[in-house]
Amino acid sequence: MRKIRIRTENRAPALSEESFWNRRRAAALLAAVCLAALVCVTAAGWLCREQAAAVDFSRKNLPPCLDCPFGTDWMGRDMFLRTLTGLSLSIRLGLLTAAVSSAVALALGTSCAVLGEWADSAIGCLIDLVLGIPHMLLLVLISCAVGKGFKGVLIGISLTHWTSLARLLRAEALQIKSGQYVQTARKLGKGPLYLAVKHLAPHLIPQVIVGMVLLFPHAILHEASITFLGFGLPPEQPAVGVILSESMKYLAMGRWWLALFPGLLLVLVVMLFHVTGEMLKGLLDPGQTHR
Amino acid sequence: MKKQAAVRYVLKKLVRMMFLLALVSAATFALVSASPLDPLTANVGQAALGTMSREQIARLEEYWGTGIPYTERFLSWAGDFFRGDMGVSLLYRQPVAEVIRVKMMNSLWLMAAAWVISGAAGLFLGILAGIKKGKLADRLISGYALFMASTPAFWLALVLLMVFAVWLKWLPIGLSVPIGMETSDVTMADRIAHGILPALTLSMTGISNIALHTREKMITVMESDYVLFAKARGESARRIVWQHGIRNMILPAMTLQFASVSEIIGGSVLVEQVFSYPGLGQAAVTAGLGSDVPLLLGITVISAAVVFAGNLAADILYAAVDPRIGRERKRS
Repeated sequence: MRKIRIRTENRAPALSEESFWNRRRAAALLAAVCLAALVCVTAAGWLCREQAAAVDFSRKNLPPCLDCPFGTDWMGRDMFLRTLTGLSLSIRLGLLTAAVSSAVALALGTSCAVLGEWADSAIGCLIDLVLGIPHMLLLVLISCAVGKGFKGVLIGISLTHWTSLARLLRAEALQIKSGQYVQTARKLGKGPLYLAVKHLAPHLIPQVIVGMVLLFPHAILHEASITFLGFGLPPEQPAVGVILSESMKYLAMGRWWLALFPGLLLVLVVMLFHVTGEMLKGLLDPGQTHR
Repeated sequence: MKKQAAVRYVLKKLVRMMFLLALVSAATFALVSASPLDPLTANVGQAALGTMSREQIARLEEYWGTGIPYTERFLSWAGDFFRGDMGVSLLYRQPVAEVIRVKMMNSLWLMAAAWVISGAAGLFLGILAGIKKGKLADRLISGYALFMASTPAFWLALVLLMVFAVWLKWLPIGLSVPIGMETSDVTMADRIAHGILPALTLSMTGISNIALHTREKMITVMESDYVLFAKARGESARRIVWQHGIRNMILPAMTLQFASVSEIIGGSVLVEQVFSYPGLGQAAVTAGLGSDVPLLLGITVISAAVVFAGNLAADILYAAVDPRIGRERKRS
């Protein structure tokens, strides 16, 4: 397929400049830019975490100005720096939890295919079980079970986001498993672990990566939500959920900047992840190679 | 013959639902019991505990049910639950069933409104975006859906609260009834005014998922051979959408709509917290923060039952609408 495209390019050299910026390259560039922006936010938040906690009572409750673009809170802390630090924490937490979730999804998805029908229906039941409890309630329950705090968020979000990806991977794994080379390997006496690692995993890895990037938004939003409700990170952490939950007390006093800007920046970060994920999905989908 | 197959199919789903519900209660109970948080220190306070006599503490321990083994507690709880006794809420000091009933009534029409609005609007916008793929309408709708999918529900609630309640002062800031008013004096208009913002928030976030999925499905339909053929025959766009589009995407849309029940319950937890709306979601947060085990258990099991009932309804509708279902079952 690829050869054909090269030939058409050779035949029409006038178009070659135009075709360099095809949709795939544009998508790859966009994904790279989004990723770079996210890395910048993470690094910036990590670097100014001490400044973010700096208390300065001479400048408390300032509305947004040139000096501090997001305004300051009741302790004179710079809201822009606090938001950045919070987002940095959210992204790092999201990275960890999304990685754990996709690993769980990969393990369970391939298990469905190689361990036989019994495992398949057991895992199907487990998925239905996790999906049956509304997500926020499940996070509240897990947070309670492990004693709230940072650990609760980490475990809760890692253990509840794998379901849809696991379903996707299961369907894919079952399809690959019916392929002749996998069946041959089975007949030759290869065990389920060998099949999973040698034959299924290589096909599933691209999907897992895309799935992981698309898990980020959910992980980050749920982290912010559960923290907002008071189950997650402790109030002295500058997490976005904590910032927004504090801002609620000052809303009626008209300090709108405390809630508006941190939330807006959070939405922006999550959208960047969404865009990156969608672009990667398009790039790795063989059906869209010729766009 | 066909009817029998359909009945068997529905029965099978029903049994599975019951089984899952039992699993959910066991899992929930295990999670709640595993909590290392001491309900006594959480609700009475370390300082107050220090000043109490040994007998008082023992009485409190009995009240909060610490110190009985897990299986024994679960079985006695499940047995009572079957008989309709969900225990007594430790924080509200009322039977859990009563607390849930009152809170549910508050939440119910909020969620129902959000469910209907987000479903109808999502379906409409999804179809529109799917037909006009790549055009301005599609870009606007897809952009909106992406933005909403990236927005935490509680922040949207905060922004709406800021704009409509604090800034414009059109709508009340929170609660479900005006403060300090007798229940008998509260009018329907008051209730609606207090419910608009929470319901709006829930609907706005709910739309995006349904619209995106419907759009995808509509695009596949519009690119199919039978639509191409219909176009070649000269059928009008409206006819194509009604005759070919809707019929082919109504089934997945239905599943999606019933699956969104779970999301709406989850969203209501956040939204009710922001608006201090005394519904089921807020009760769940209060119960979770205060280690009110019976109430948290009751709310989780009831919510799970609602979610499963939604799935079951989708399955039954499927069996009624789609002639292929009964046959497929028989073959496999």
